[in-house]
Amino acid sequence: MSDIAKDAPPPPWSFLSHNAAQLFYRLLAALLICIVLSIANESFLSLGNILNVLRQASLTFFIASGLTLVVLTAGLDLSVGANVALSACLAGTVIHQTGSPVLGILTGLVAGGTVGLMNGVMVTAMRIPSFIATYGMLWVLNGVTYWYMAGETIHGFPAGFRQIGSGYFLGLPIPVYLLLVFLAIGTLFAQRTVWGQEIYAIGANPVAARLSGIPVSRRLLLVYTVSGTMAGLASIIFLSRLNSAEADIGESLTLPAIAAVLIGGTSLFGGVGTIFGTFVGALILTLVLNGMNLLSINANWQPLVTGIIVIIAVWLDMKTRRGAT
Amino acid sequence: MSDRAVGTAVSPVPLLELRGISKTFPGVKALDDVSFAIYPGEVHMLLGENGAGKSSLMKILCGAYTADAGEVYAKGEKVAITSTADAQTLGIAVIFQEFSLVPFLDIAQNIFLGREPKGRLPGTIDRRRILRDAKRVLDGIGFDIDPSVIVDTLGVAQQQMVEIAKAISQDARILVMDEPTAALSDREVELLFALIARLKADGVAIVYISHRMAEVFALGDRITVLRDGRRIDQVRPADVTPDQLVRMMVGRTIDMTYPRHFAEQPGELVLQVKGLSALTGISGIDIEVRRGEIVGLCGLVGSGRTEVARAIFGADPVTTGEIILDGKPISGEPDIAARRGIALIPESRKSEGLALLRSVGDNLVVSALKKLFPSRLYDPNSAQRTADGLIRQLRIATPSARQMVGLLSGGNQQKVVIGKWLAAGAKLFIFDEPTRGIDVGAKSEIFALIDRLVAEGAAALMISSEQIEICHVCDRAYVMRDGRVAGHLARSELTEENIVRLGMHHE
Repeated sequence: MSDIAKDAPPPPWSFLSHNAAQLFYRLLAALLICIVLSIANESFLSLGNILNVLRQASLTFFIASGLTLVVLTAGLDLSVGANVALSACLAGTVIHQTGSPVLGILTGLVAGGTVGLMNGVMVTAMRIPSFIATYGMLWVLNGVTYWYMAGETIHGFPAGFRQIGSGYFLGLPIPVYLLLVFLAIGTLFAQRTVWGQEIYAIGANPVAARLSGIPVSRRLLLVYTVSGTMAGLASIIFLSRLNSAEADIGESLTLPAIAAVLIGGTSLFGGVGTIFGTFVGALILTLVLNGMNLLSINANWQPLVTGIIVIIAVWLDMKTRRGAT
Repeated sequence: MSDRAVGTAVSPVPLLELRGISKTFPGVKALDDVSFAIYPGEVHMLLGENGAGKSSLMKILCGAYTADAGEVYAKGEKVAITSTADAQTLGIAVIFQEFSLVPFLDIAQNIFLGREPKGRLPGTIDRRRILRDAKRVLDGIGFDIDPSVIVDTLGVAQQQMVEIAKAISQDARILVMDEPTAALSDREVELLFALIARLKADGVAIVYISHRMAEVFALGDRITVLRDGRRIDQVRPADVTPDQLVRMMVGRTIDMTYPRHFAEQPGELVLQVKGLSALTGISGIDIEVRRGEIVGLCGLVGSGRTEVARAIFGADPVTTGEIILDGKPISGEPDIAARRGIALIPESRKSEGLALLRSVGDNLVVSALKKLFPSRLYDPNSAQRTADGLIRQLRIATPSARQMVGLLSGGNQQKVVIGKWLAAGAKLFIFDEPTRGIDVGAKSEIFALIDRLVAEGAAALMISSEQIEICHVCDRAYVMRDGRVAGHLARSELTEENIVRLGMHHE
């Protein structure tokens, strides 16, 4: 019997696995952008600017890394931005009332995680498609936050707390250290734990995953809770960096986070993608926006450029993936 | 085998005649040189086991499949059916068991879907005319109902009427019906039979697929029996008995090159199912499986076999009854069943058994992750070693464990599904049509594998539509009918005839 239905010719990058090749191309693209920008503008390569890019990218990454796990299961979490706003306002209130940054940080993380858990319950127990469940949650969270804040701004936090978002350690911004830590944790979780493998399996085929004995509902609950908790973490960094909390700080966060996930090569159909890819996606997105600022291109063009990059990245992914199947 | 022509009293020119139709799929000859003619005003019964070729023939008639060889004549002229549009032009309409109606449109819209009468303004539909025309069609088949009723609110029998009305409105002269009474009550069956009589009188020919002997004899003008894709015989109901028909349907051949090693003494009880019922339509199921046994679960497609397997595995919720594994009751989701050592090898391997875009290795270890990595830390190298071991043990033909599983042949994909449960250390294997879509050589390998599993102390429950496979492989078998266990056959009673007899209706 001949047993292999199709003998696909080895792709040119066969020395790398498919995922590794995708990452390699992305890093190459990021490098290319850096070279072009350093030629076009000498201040791009200044230490201050590079640290600034990393700090910006880290804020997008925190939200996008949790979101990546959700997207790996073929779901979507549209509530992350609104979750950041509510968590930041609650954490800010607690710090103001108690004077304890630790309690504030805990509040932010717990609030974010609770919102994520509620998303998970809607998706699993109530069987609402994640797109709709988290879209509804976005409005609910906005409503709660606007009612709670009533137009007020919480302003001025202890200096120690403000170090988290604005401080430096050994010449690097603290958020960059946090970025490295969570990049490592996220990558280990996704690639080197049983839960991570199960998440990939669920995204690749949820029916087969369930019939293979994977507790799909429990894993989905975990994934949405992690996504919410990461939004909670991001809320702390925002709070610390902005030194204030308002009801509307989350509004411009969700779509860039989704863009970072997609540019990073995670498929909306689930089962394909990496946390590291999302980091590179956040980096590319930040580099381009930073470059446009440096080159004094009108900020109004930024959404258009972001959109084009997302479309091209996803299109290239689908093209190479089709070639691989 | 006699191939005598059976004349017809109705008309000498057939509406449609098939000559020497053949259709081959990879690994299986679905139709082999099948000829038959359909005359106006006759009810032509099509009889055969699961997999005999009835559905393939039906799909060729409606243009969903194109025959590899053979000719089709309509009223004596040679024609070709290469698309559903061709079939429609020739006046052929098929009423499938799964209706093709749009649930949220009304009856009139469904009848005229895609050919609505145009209104005065461009892009609009003449609503009054569509209702009037629909009413006329419905009256024509004696179905008294308001054509503006939404289809979703109708019962099965009424939806079937709408399907028939739709076919008639397209000037169908040949109506192919696939087990039309399967979901109808006695009263509804009477109404359907009255309609069939009426259509017959109008000269419509009806090709009627049925598993109910009483219907075959009550309605049929002629009976064509298929087996293994071949036409076995064509008879008139008056000339045969039900037993003769059953004998024509069975007697398939099988190429089995491996011997089954039957255990002298069945081992201890592994699975005990008591009075199991589920919302999926099974009720009062009692089944026992012992160590070292392969127990068959047979019956017609749709008799509830898959539903029993899914209920035991926890894939569908159980309403009443008890499932006892190794003396202890079990209930809950599939992850609990898997942890207790039950394995389900589902019928649709591609959609339910595998993640096609993932690698062979990933698929092989997916059910064993917790067993292989009790610390919950995943080690890709160790996973790869486990996968390589299974690939060697099961002789899975793949360049490496990294190959995408969707690129393997059906037989090798099936080995991957079985392999993942070997890795998980399962002790009760439930196989749902384990050889579906697998070529002959690979089938023997799969059976040898199942034989070895039970010889080494596992237990197996095997669903198959291939009676001959059940007879050849199983220690004993349960036969299902209409969601219940209709009977049990010990090894000595395990013949195709007995399986078919128990599985069919003899009302």
